[in-house]
Amino acid sequence: MLSVNENFPEYAVPGAKQVRFEPYADNGGSIVAIAGDDFAVIGADTRLSTGFSIYTREQKKLFKLSDKTVLGATGCWCDTLTLTRLLSARMQMYEHEHNKSMSTPAVAQMLSTMLYYKRFFPYYVSNVLAGLDADGKGCVYSYDPIGHCERSNYRAGGSAGAQLQPLLDNQIGLKNMQNVTETPIPKEKALALLKDVFISAAERDIYTGDCIYILIITASGIQEEKFELRKD
Amino acid sequence: MALLDFCQLDRKINLKPVDALASFENDVVGYSGNFLHSTHLATPPFANPVETLAQFNQKDETGKAIKIQFDHGTTTLGFRYQGGVLLAVDSRATGGQFIGSQSMKKIVEINDYLLGTLAGGAADCVYWDRVLAKQCRLYELRNRERISVAAASKLMANMVYNYKGMGLSMGMMLAGVDKRGAQLYYVDSEGTRTPGKVFSVGSGSVYAFGVLDSGYSWDLSDKDAQELGRRAIYHATHRDAYSGGIVRVYHISEKGWVNISNEDCSDLHYKYAAEKGNVGA
Repeated sequence: MLSVNENFPEYAVPGAKQVRFEPYADNGGSIVAIAGDDFAVIGADTRLSTGFSIYTREQKKLFKLSDKTVLGATGCWCDTLTLTRLLSARMQMYEHEHNKSMSTPAVAQMLSTMLYYKRFFPYYVSNVLAGLDADGKGCVYSYDPIGHCERSNYRAGGSAGAQLQPLLDNQIGLKNMQNVTETPIPKEKALALLKDVFISAAERDIYTGDCIYILIITASGIQEEKFELRKD
Repeated sequence: MALLDFCQLDRKINLKPVDALASFENDVVGYSGNFLHSTHLATPPFANPVETLAQFNQKDETGKAIKIQFDHGTTTLGFRYQGGVLLAVDSRATGGQFIGSQSMKKIVEINDYLLGTLAGGAADCVYWDRVLAKQCRLYELRNRERISVAAASKLMANMVYNYKGMGLSMGMMLAGVDKRGAQLYYVDSEGTRTPGKVFSVGSGSVYAFGVLDSGYSWDLSDKDAQELGRRAIYHATHRDAYSGGIVRVYHISEKGWVNISNEDCSDLHYKYAAEKGNVGA
């Protein structure tokens, strides 16, 4: 970009203040998703903040895309809104065209393609998608901002993602342990663990707190749950 | 507007807003333009995306540090020898200093006879490999024969060349068999496309080359070739912090590709240490 101060130093005005457009905001928030054999649970905190002030303590960050798929999105809230609006419009178009709703793996791929469309001016959003696949098995997909996507059984994302993922690796992935066999996690344990890790996140991350909004996805539908966190 | 209607001015001049995204339908289609043409990505609303994005990446409106970090990798290698082509890769994806994944698939199966390795931006590589897979399949349907590796690599090089200087980051090898036998090409986002015998790409490539060059010969047996690839990647994961996870080895022969092994780096570490007579320091 042509900047007077950098490119034409002799014309630069000393002391002039340059104000640049800052298109991104970080509104914080964390997501955790865990998949089991026949279910998936996904939870996100309900705090929406900017810098050190809190906009609201009750902003749901989970989006029910279908009765088998839920998207959790945090980061720049305005990007999240545009992205999810677009996603549900595209899913509706698919439904009209094919006379069936999209499967979770199909939504996962579509989200990746949509994120990549904005490769040169990305959505600043951390996405975690949870749901049941075509066989009814639980699945979790996680993304980078420009649409690199990977399927797994558990994932933490958002502002406390880097703090929570190691805890999940230890408790669910049983990483680097000798003589252990990975068994599918039961729903009750997944739910308890999800609450536990959020309590830990609220303890150390200023952008995570207030309340967790949890969705439990099973073949019989999506169940809602709320769990209170620290409000400081 | 009544006067406009009366004069029928709108038939002569296009009075619709310049922004074609104004209607809802255009909105949806316009924000996912690559659904229609996979090579068409959104044009950023500013010049020079590389520099401008770097500026956006500093702070948000409140002055909080913003970091958009894309997943990166890698050590990948590939070589041709008498038995075909061998590819070996690690599986670590890093976003900044955070290890985003230890189980990423860095070899993309384009079709039964064509593989692509990915290094650099993970999303870039995966997206363009997917587009290439589509192009290759269309070629097959149109021409009733499989695409040659040379043609596939040229399709890839030409596609990404259109975005040169915009900040794409990818270094990939395309390997496969066609009428002319086993082929190996290196293609990157700068527009380079070159056939060759031995390649290694990524942050750990310097370490991999050290092992690879010392053990490589055209006459390697299949088993020795697989072991050489595996060992080269293992040594790269040991010295390069951006590489690690699982060592995946693929072999391509006249019959197509086969996944030979997927072994955890730390298992290999103790295996190789034991071979040297150490307990694994």
